[in-house]
Amino acid sequence: MQDFRFTPLDLPPETEALRGEVRAFLDETIGHEPPVLRSRTWSRFDGAFSRKLGDKGWIGMTWPRAYGGHERSALERYVVLEELLAAGAPCSAHWTGDRQSGPLLLNRGTEEQRRRFLPGIASGEIFFCIGMSEPDTGSDLASVRTRADRTDGGYIVNGTKIWTSNAHECDHMIALLRTDTEVERKHDGLSQFILDLKAPGVTARPIRNLADEDHFNEVVFQDVFVPDDLLVGREGDGWAQVTSELAFERSGPERYLSSWILVEEMLRAAGPEPSERRAIALGRLVAHAAVLREMSLSVAGQLQRGEDPSLEATVVKDLGALLEQQIPEVAHELYEEEPTLEAASDLAQVTAYLVQAAPSFSLRGGAREILRGIIARGLGLR
Amino acid sequence: MSGAEMEDENELAGILADQVNRLLADTATREVKRAAELGDWPAALWAGVEEAGLPLALVSEDAGGVGAGWAEAEVVMRAAGRHQAPLPLVETMLAARMLEGAGLPIPDGPMTLAPIPPGDALTLDGERLSGRASRVPWGGRAGHVVLLLEGEGGTAIVLAEPGEPVANANVAREPRDDLTWTEAVVQAAPTNLSAGDLRHWGAFARAAQMAGALEFVLAESVRYANDRSQFGRPLGKFQAVQQQLAALAGEVAAAGASVLAAARALDRGRAGFEVACAKIRCGEAAGKAAAIAHQVHGAIGFTQEHALHFATKRLWSWRAEFGGEAQWSQELGREMARLGADRLWPFMTGARGA
Repeated sequence: MQDFRFTPLDLPPETEALRGEVRAFLDETIGHEPPVLRSRTWSRFDGAFSRKLGDKGWIGMTWPRAYGGHERSALERYVVLEELLAAGAPCSAHWTGDRQSGPLLLNRGTEEQRRRFLPGIASGEIFFCIGMSEPDTGSDLASVRTRADRTDGGYIVNGTKIWTSNAHECDHMIALLRTDTEVERKHDGLSQFILDLKAPGVTARPIRNLADEDHFNEVVFQDVFVPDDLLVGREGDGWAQVTSELAFERSGPERYLSSWILVEEMLRAAGPEPSERRAIALGRLVAHAAVLREMSLSVAGQLQRGEDPSLEATVVKDLGALLEQQIPEVAHELYEEEPTLEAASDLAQVTAYLVQAAPSFSLRGGAREILRGIIARGLGLR
Repeated sequence: MSGAEMEDENELAGILADQVNRLLADTATREVKRAAELGDWPAALWAGVEEAGLPLALVSEDAGGVGAGWAEAEVVMRAAGRHQAPLPLVETMLAARMLEGAGLPIPDGPMTLAPIPPGDALTLDGERLSGRASRVPWGGRAGHVVLLLEGEGGTAIVLAEPGEPVANANVAREPRDDLTWTEAVVQAAPTNLSAGDLRHWGAFARAAQMAGALEFVLAESVRYANDRSQFGRPLGKFQAVQQQLAALAGEVAAAGASVLAAARALDRGRAGFEVACAKIRCGEAAGKAAAIAHQVHGAIGFTQEHALHFATKRLWSWRAEFGGEAQWSQELGREMARLGADRLWPFMTGARGA
């Protein structure tokens, strides 16, 4: 068994100026917004905000200039991301394109696909979502059944994707589809496509979540034509492509900061001379967050050096979700005021929202049980 | 630090860890640990550790030491915890560093430092020490005790022979003796260190030891789960067990990361925040990890015969020493409350140690 090693990372000094720029920008754009709005960083789809970020050069930061990127380092990107999240900026519109779809097209896409989509993602004008889960396919991702059948000049897509964040607002979906049903292993015969969500035969139906938000969807494809040139990578390589993509999804600062606004509001409500009980509970949360930030930065440093920290990234996501879910619990324990979204203190409103959002933190991007299964294999359990 | 420098440093740390781990794996055996619980002094183990130069790791080469920084010291302390070496090794490392800083001679042999909790009254009159220090690690076994005394005339480091001991122990049966001096002749010199610094050093050492003991607990649990079969298959095949071991691994990973961050901060001379975080995080990991490890090991892990308890009893002890989570969390919480909500994130992201 290999020991984990989270070598501490020093952010390069030049990132400090960038951090200052991002803070000034956020202060100007969302500084006036109430905390409860800012705690919805994941569910707020705000294309205008994303375009402002694009203008600043803070989407697609690490991509080549030829594709609308800015050729900045992964660590500079890290600083921008953590500032956006800590402030509670509305990140939902561009996040998937920046984190996953863009890098996927850079790594596996054709030259034409890169030129067609990447500049628009980087400017905050084209929004992508991810079509993986299906009504009968959740954690068992390889069992997807939505089909892409060969036809003249392309494929015909039939089936249903579900839990697709923002499909009703996005322009395109990167979908994992079955191109071959005659395979021995279900992991074979899968392929990734760029699907135009405005194409005939596509219906996106928002599914309201328990917090009364409609950010995720059921997307039905009925005889939707996809031209050959929107296949991503190689036909049949979908599984390998998707699993390497998940490494991007599990390694960022978004995996421990979802409830950060609530830590700030609890501290504010505690005042300068908190009770012993509150001081202990809040000190502990800050310690946990600080250690997770070190771990998350360490993973970023390992990625930057070309190492493969996929196991470490999985550990960070598992621990991060635990912390994100504990924070509203601690708010319940420490404060008397009933959490409510009606007229109430900032603390009560933020708690009310996050207590409802929290269950999703250990579901999205790999359920806790799946992550722990991956960690267990990494430990050498056989 | 450049990527290449970082790799070099990682490589050096790896070599040092291998050396110390090999030495301790061979010599800190189950029998030695059990004998130490019953009161034996592991003379051969100490001789090996001393021969390798480990007790003087934090002392400069000019003063006969190794000249290691805190990052390298962390490697030694973690290994000491991983193998539960029943010695005042980390205590001697810290005591020697205190002595060198004050320009006092560094005696041979095992040393210790007195944590001096509130309530202990010690007075220094010239070179005469009187009073009582409670729960001194290995107090009755160490050749010398190093104390830090804050008085009207400034702060002094004191090098004393152990006072009259009353034997005490932590739950791991490590000596934690009360020592009483009555006008004992000692050596003393002024110091720039404060009692707070010393508490940070002690908390850091215990956190590093916990990180090591946690690695041991994880490795033993994984090994046991793979070796032990029930219902016709190894325990490690059961998802219920896998999920628990993955949770254990997360605690171990977080503890290790917190200590590396604290070592880096100590090397930069400003470590209050990172040390507090490490002691809090390792303490919590200690509780959770020990519970899972014992659950996975079943009844055999609850026996004297099995080696798991050497680590878990130390985890339960060390999490309380040099300040437990309640104390450090409260301090940290109060500091953050004074800072205020709007300055919390800038503080978290500030280059505190740089």
